Amino acid sequence: MSAISGASSIPQPVQRPMWRRVFGFNLLTAVILGVAGYYLGWFIGHQVNGGKSFEYQKATDENDVALLLGYVFGVIGFLIGLGFANYPFSRLLGRPASLREKESEGIGRYFGLCTDHKVVGLQYLVGIGVFFFVGGLNAMLIRTELLHPVPTFVGPNQYLSLVGMHGTMMMGMMTSGILGPFANYFVPIMIGARRMAFPRIEALTFWLLMAAGFILVSTIFFGGFPTGWTGYEPLNDQAVMGMDSYICFFALVGISMALLGLNMIATIVTLRAPGLTWSRLPIFVWSVFATAVLMVLAAPTLIATLLMAALDRTINTSFFVTGGGGSSYLFENLFWFFGHPEVYVLALPGFGIVLELLPVFTRKPLWGYRLAVSGMLGVTLLSFFVWQHHLFVSGINADLRPFYMLSTEIISIPTGFIFLCVMGTLWKARISFSVPMLFCLAWTFNFLIGGLSGVVLSDVPTDTGLHGSFFVMAHFHYTIMGGLIFSFFAAIYYWVPKMTGLRFNEMLAKWHFWLMFIFFNSTFLPLFVLGLKGMPRRVSTYEPSLQGLNVWVSISAFVLGFSMLIFLFNVVYSLIFVRAPAESNPWRSKSIEWQVPTPIPVHNFEQIPVFDSDPYDNGTPHPLPGGGQPATAGA
Amino acid sequence: MSSSPEAESREGAPEPNHAVRFTVIWVVATVIALPLVIFVIGPLLGPGNGSLQSKGQGSDDTVLAAIATPVLTLVMLYLLYSVIFFRQPKGAALEGPALRGHARVQTTWIIVTSVMVLGVAVFGTAKLEADYGAGSGSGPNPLTVPKGKKLPVQVIAQQWLFTYRYPTYGGVETPHLYLPNNEWIELHVTSIDVIHDFWAYQLGVKADANPGVDNVVFVKPTKLETFNVRCAELCGIWHGYMYDKGHVVTPAAFTTWIHEQQTKFAATTKVLPKYSTTYLPEPTKRAEPE
Repeated sequence: MSAISGASSIPQPVQRPMWRRVFGFNLLTAVILGVAGYYLGWFIGHQVNGGKSFEYQKATDENDVALLLGYVFGVIGFLIGLGFANYPFSRLLGRPASLREKESEGIGRYFGLCTDHKVVGLQYLVGIGVFFFVGGLNAMLIRTELLHPVPTFVGPNQYLSLVGMHGTMMMGMMTSGILGPFANYFVPIMIGARRMAFPRIEALTFWLLMAAGFILVSTIFFGGFPTGWTGYEPLNDQAVMGMDSYICFFALVGISMALLGLNMIATIVTLRAPGLTWSRLPIFVWSVFATAVLMVLAAPTLIATLLMAALDRTINTSFFVTGGGGSSYLFENLFWFFGHPEVYVLALPGFGIVLELLPVFTRKPLWGYRLAVSGMLGVTLLSFFVWQHHLFVSGINADLRPFYMLSTEIISIPTGFIFLCVMGTLWKARISFSVPMLFCLAWTFNFLIGGLSGVVLSDVPTDTGLHGSFFVMAHFHYTIMGGLIFSFFAAIYYWVPKMTGLRFNEMLAKWHFWLMFIFFNSTFLPLFVLGLKGMPRRVSTYEPSLQGLNVWVSISAFVLGFSMLIFLFNVVYSLIFVRAPAESNPWRSKSIEWQVPTPIPVHNFEQIPVFDSDPYDNGTPHPLPGGGQPATAGA
Repeated sequence: MSSSPEAESREGAPEPNHAVRFTVIWVVATVIALPLVIFVIGPLLGPGNGSLQSKGQGSDDTVLAAIATPVLTLVMLYLLYSVIFFRQPKGAALEGPALRGHARVQTTWIIVTSVMVLGVAVFGTAKLEADYGAGSGSGPNPLTVPKGKKLPVQVIAQQWLFTYRYPTYGGVETPHLYLPNNEWIELHVTSIDVIHDFWAYQLGVKADANPGVDNVVFVKPTKLETFNVRCAELCGIWHGYMYDKGHVVTPAAFTTWIHEQQTKFAATTKVLPKYSTTYLPEPTKRAEPE
């Protein structure tokens, strides 16, 4: 099989002259073309701006058409500047196209279009990390405001913008929180492949997400948006220009999600190495597969919905405007048809991380592999049948509520499978309390509380009291922050030593974990009480009698934020200053990504490996350390 | 690290029977926790005794908390138990037993969780319909309607206040909400601009106010009290200020009050649009400049 062993025929990139490197297709050009595109769109928007319906926009210097066109052209310019148009244009003109972009050595490849999945993984980790901290900072400001029952710190408009930015940033950017960095980096290695199925699309998803992030932040220049992350109509239609940033941001995130999911499915289906049957696939890859299916099926709904919202705002269609024949229910339906699978997009990779890491730190095989897989696939399937539980009190399809109550409660059965697998794997284990393991155990603790409070919310009579209150807020922070973010940090402490070849300072990591775990619970457990006592979400005013608890929550939240600073300090200290080299397999994992050398070669494997088992054969003496072994002969 | 440490044989002392020991701990903890949850925590959970609906929600909260208790103690105690008893000895690198599953445990787990989940769903549905929507907005045509006389009250939400219209009293519209005690109230919640949500906390009432939609809630107040009204759906910059007080009064006091309102608002009632379940909202596009 010459195709899979042809590692020696990689063409080495030619060193180009300096002026070509400055004025070539790189980040600098991308930013210049992005700004140029933005002003071009802005200009065109103002030229087509005529007629009576735009009178108001002229009078108030508001022009949704110009802003949306500016964003779209800006993004196109940015992508062209990065070099995404080179390949299709080369093919179009019949020229030989570069099949690899910047798959060279050197730090420069991290700052542009690169089709090496390991570079894209690290780009994602840093890029998403930055926006995660921006979103977290918004949360700190929200909690500062809530120290007092009446607004003292920011005005009502700024407060709503903070709430909206925090929610949208976290829900949008963190959809790829695990799939972006860790699946892009490790799925090809775990399945014994040299690359993703569509490396250029892989890079595109990252740069689209970065463009989207900047667009969301730019909303502060256009008045912010008052709707929170849900963007309900008709408030959406009524809002000032900052709303267009939300629409454009979420649509780009949707495109990025759909492409990322498509790429993952294609990779996992087609590029598995010989011997890696579906029943030997690492459980993390299964969770990525399930998440990818959700992304591909849910994200297009979001894109279409936001397109309709944009048309409503710009050319006065009325998909969602009641007075013009539209319906506010339509938006709620479409949004949650995307929105509920979306929250499982956030949760499922966490299941995968925890189940992938537990066998390593318990020195046992994964208990109930098939149960775990069916749990994940069950959640994937069911998550498309529950969306109206967000609308229990809206009056929509009231007679169908028992159905949605049932489907929502049924989804706790496959989720329960995951818990059983966690418990089975812990049974008579040899647990070593390394930092990733601590995060996995904390995940189990948090997600249980999140899951059980979810059952309370799935019941219509109790949901009636709790809908739209801080109880809901506490519930989804337990599942998303307690689930996704804890497993995100587990993955960081577990895999970053492999990705960078450097070791974290363990004492700082443990401080980070304990502060984060204790003050996460100290922040969000009282919120259940606040919700039960009738404090609504997204308000900066509350009953003075609730101030004591709110102050407690705010102070806990500040310590929680401080624990993130410890993490940040650890990253800077350990990975930039101390640079202690990590062992090549510090956790004694039998999974294949730990068997390849550090740093991982550009094309991962000298020879495509052949798998003869899953990576969980801990506990049984095995002559070879890996599930997947390099083949001695050409398979 | 290429050498995989040999799975060493277990140390000399016989292992305790973890399954029995853990089951005993779990059962004891659950038996202690259940009465606490039902009798101490349960009564604190609901929105109080303001109405039949809020009482129902409170008892529903208690039942769900009681069902959740054994699950919570099972997983939490199991975590604690394994963290204490299933540790890697210091400095050792022992392998655990190579267990890959247990058919009977898995089957039992699936059956038990399925039964619990179906039970919760059936219970929720029964409660929902028995309490006539349990205080939730149930759309224009609720499935179950309480028999007998009901006082219709229309809640009209707009940015950023609620007004109330009493169609059986000449369609008078007032900014105050008074309800007679011990009578069935039929709330018709609607909006004339964006989506709001009428939340009467102590009455256990929550219903979205959608433009162009008549969202009906049935509630029977059972206690003379002043209750909090808040908007529970983000509706623009003054959403946090869209709150209000409502009052449950005796039927006699209610009659006096409503006649007062009728006289007070007689002039406005004349120019109001005719009472209707919904009012086609003005186009919500940002208003044209003056």
